Amino acid sequence: MSSNKIKTNKSFADIAKSIIRQQIFIPIAALLILVLFNLIADPTFFQITLQPNSDGFNVLSGNIISIIDRASELVILAIGMTLVTSASGGQDISVGATIAIAGSVILRVLCGTNTRADTLQAPVIVAFLICCIVSMIFGAFNGTLVAYFKIQPMVATLIMFTAGRSIAAWINNNELPVINDPKFGYYGNFIPGIPVPTPVFITIACLIVIALALKFTNLRLYSQAVGINPHSSRLNGINPQMIKFITFVILGLCVAVAGFIKVSRLSTINYSVVAKDIEMDAILAVALGGNALGGGKFNMTASVIGAYVIQFLTTTLYKYDVSSAEISAYKAVVVIILVVLSAPIVREKMGDLKKKLFPAKAVSKEAV
Amino acid sequence: MEKNSVLEMRGICKYFPGVRALEQVDFTLREGEIHALMGENGAGKSTLIKVLTGVYHKDGGEVYIKGSSKPVVIRSPQDAQNIGISTVYQEITLCPNLTVAENMYIGRTKGHFTNWKKINADAGRLLDELGIPAIPAQQLGSCSIAVQQMIAIARAVDMNCKVLILDEPTSSLDEQEVAKLFKLMTGLKKKGVGIIFVTHFLEQVYEVCDRITVLRDGKLVGEYVIEDLPRVQLVSKMLGKDFDDMADIKSDSDSKQIDYGSTPVYECRQLDGTTGIKPFDFAIHKGEVNGFTGLLGSGRSECVRAIFGADKVNGGEVLIDGKPVKINKPLDAMKHGISYLPEDRKRDGIVGDLSVRDNIILALQVMKGFFKPISRAQAEQFADEYIKLLNIKTASSETPVKSLSGGNQQKVILARWLLANPSYLILDEPTRGIDIGTKVEIQKLVLKLASEGKSVTFISSEIDEMIRTCSRLVVLRDGKVVGELKGDELTQNKIMATIAGGES
Repeated sequence: MSSNKIKTNKSFADIAKSIIRQQIFIPIAALLILVLFNLIADPTFFQITLQPNSDGFNVLSGNIISIIDRASELVILAIGMTLVTSASGGQDISVGATIAIAGSVILRVLCGTNTRADTLQAPVIVAFLICCIVSMIFGAFNGTLVAYFKIQPMVATLIMFTAGRSIAAWINNNELPVINDPKFGYYGNFIPGIPVPTPVFITIACLIVIALALKFTNLRLYSQAVGINPHSSRLNGINPQMIKFITFVILGLCVAVAGFIKVSRLSTINYSVVAKDIEMDAILAVALGGNALGGGKFNMTASVIGAYVIQFLTTTLYKYDVSSAEISAYKAVVVIILVVLSAPIVREKMGDLKKKLFPAKAVSKEAV
Repeated sequence: MEKNSVLEMRGICKYFPGVRALEQVDFTLREGEIHALMGENGAGKSTLIKVLTGVYHKDGGEVYIKGSSKPVVIRSPQDAQNIGISTVYQEITLCPNLTVAENMYIGRTKGHFTNWKKINADAGRLLDELGIPAIPAQQLGSCSIAVQQMIAIARAVDMNCKVLILDEPTSSLDEQEVAKLFKLMTGLKKKGVGIIFVTHFLEQVYEVCDRITVLRDGKLVGEYVIEDLPRVQLVSKMLGKDFDDMADIKSDSDSKQIDYGSTPVYECRQLDGTTGIKPFDFAIHKGEVNGFTGLLGSGRSECVRAIFGADKVNGGEVLIDGKPVKINKPLDAMKHGISYLPEDRKRDGIVGDLSVRDNIILALQVMKGFFKPISRAQAEQFADEYIKLLNIKTASSETPVKSLSGGNQQKVILARWLLANPSYLILDEPTRGIDIGTKVEIQKLVLKLASEGKSVTFISSEIDEMIRTCSRLVVLRDGKVVGELKGDELTQNKIMATIAGGES
């Protein structure tokens, strides 16, 4: 009888433990806490309504829709940042600046020689593809510095971090092009007749692509192996430099997509503020996902949830009238708590504490 | 204390959990002598040095130093320095971005102000005196490694040292640089400094040293005057095999029938590695087990690394099954059916955080290519198969490989390369640091693989193991192939004589 009871106890404790041990636990727990907080404070937070927008057709609106919509760029960047972190053991801090470049390239192609084009001078797809190529070249530049010149990722990407916004301004002769064709706005807002914001679909497409890539190629195995032990990866026939390089190029592609959404939202660009500080949020998403910033193993889903947590937090804070100047301070507090909680050393200490508080459990375990 | 000794260590003991690193070791250093401390890996040389320099605290024994009647207590490297014991390590521990003079006096200036003029002048005088070709105001990084090494010595000497410990100072120097260093050492010796010289190079020991102390398995083997200890004797003392009355161990395996007339599975001609080995010829036939032997640092690992393309190769021809091929990187070698289990398991072998399963499939996966991942189910099946076959003790195939014991980690890497199904398998020290049972298992496995028609290169520091498994041995000394032994020549005596070379 008693042994039976201990067994069930143990298995229950073990299940709870294994859930807590899961890497994905922290971002999900953070998300649940935010949801719970909003539920208690003001359940109307979750209201979703179908309202006509300024173009006169019905679209979904509400905080949740806004979170999912606004998080798009961050989620897409988090995908690339997770890969870069895993393989190179460092982070790319230039993504905000390269988004400015990507956006600038798109506007340049679409506007042609005019700064205020009433009609698009090129198909949007062409502009997007050119933007992809340019962004991947900048990714390749960063990747070359990191992989072949062995410069620390943060230092290497500091170059584009510093120069990117100037390059973006230079691409358009420091003018601010505006696109008046409403069709271009579809990608960052709504397609007429569809009530869900378009960036949500783009994000889903990106997530599907990366999921397929992780399933049907060895991207995960290779970048993890390179991040954990480049020496032994090389002796097993992997080219560590090439893998690091590729992850930066992939991040470049993510930057292109994020930049495309960003400029489409406004149909214009402000070089100095577009996607400002987004690199820090992207790195934070990776960290919130419980991924080691020193490289190695990664969990893509956790990073993606991490990105949504950040946006959820931002939207919640805005709702409670925290001004945009103060918002970073609040965010910082939450981030400190989350990051400290997910630190291995704290988890270990908590484990010890639990053992001390419930010594009986430990004994029963040993007995079994 | 003997009257001319500067340092005496008596009955030194040091225990680590589960290991007796030093057991009742005595060591005496006399004034103005260069004393070699010899022993294979794990013999206790570095532990003894670390006890002496205060990095480790001894668990027993006493240390006496000249000028004090009582035993001295060394609690930290700072203590050691204060009583006149200085160490120069293999890796230069100075700051390359500071000047020569700054490096010599850093951390030794008193008070808050520093008279750089005086320091530069002092440094200049000392450099002159010791004949070191460097300028005080020069940046250390711009000096050659040998000069940096000498500056480290100058720094040590200037701190009034009576005992100077040189830990593998010559391993990254070329011949001329070594000669310069030896000149400096002899100069210091004349000044009455006692020098402890730790090295793997036999030639160098016989060139400069006066006395030799040999350690083995944490115990003192003995102290010898250099003239009384011929090289062969030294090697046999280090390896722990009595040279004369050693029973020759017969090979377990039956007559090894290898067709030496056939086309070799692998052959290289004048393969020129970039890691300090001389160009060498080598060939291996189907079903053959051969070995590379030599003391540590003799270049045996460098040879097989060159074969596998792990290090850059400058020139030479490689033939696989008689056809010329190019092997520039590990993947080339893998595609030609060569596998390599590296010597340094932690650094080059395992991918620590990855699961046992991922570690096992890694090589096969890489050979299949980036766009052809092995399915989860298939990987699971491979992993389970090899966990069973090699009897790998792991909680599951999901367990991170770093949490396994050394022997089991080694088996995981073996599994990885067996799964890749090579025709030529190179095993560099597969039995190092693992328990006896696993060692035997691995040797049996090697013989089994050979009987299945695979060619194997088996390297081990333990000569018995090599004799038991190999049918041919390539002997290296100081980066050169100095002999090849097979058949009846495979006896401990003959092997050791060839390893030692010289006047044997």
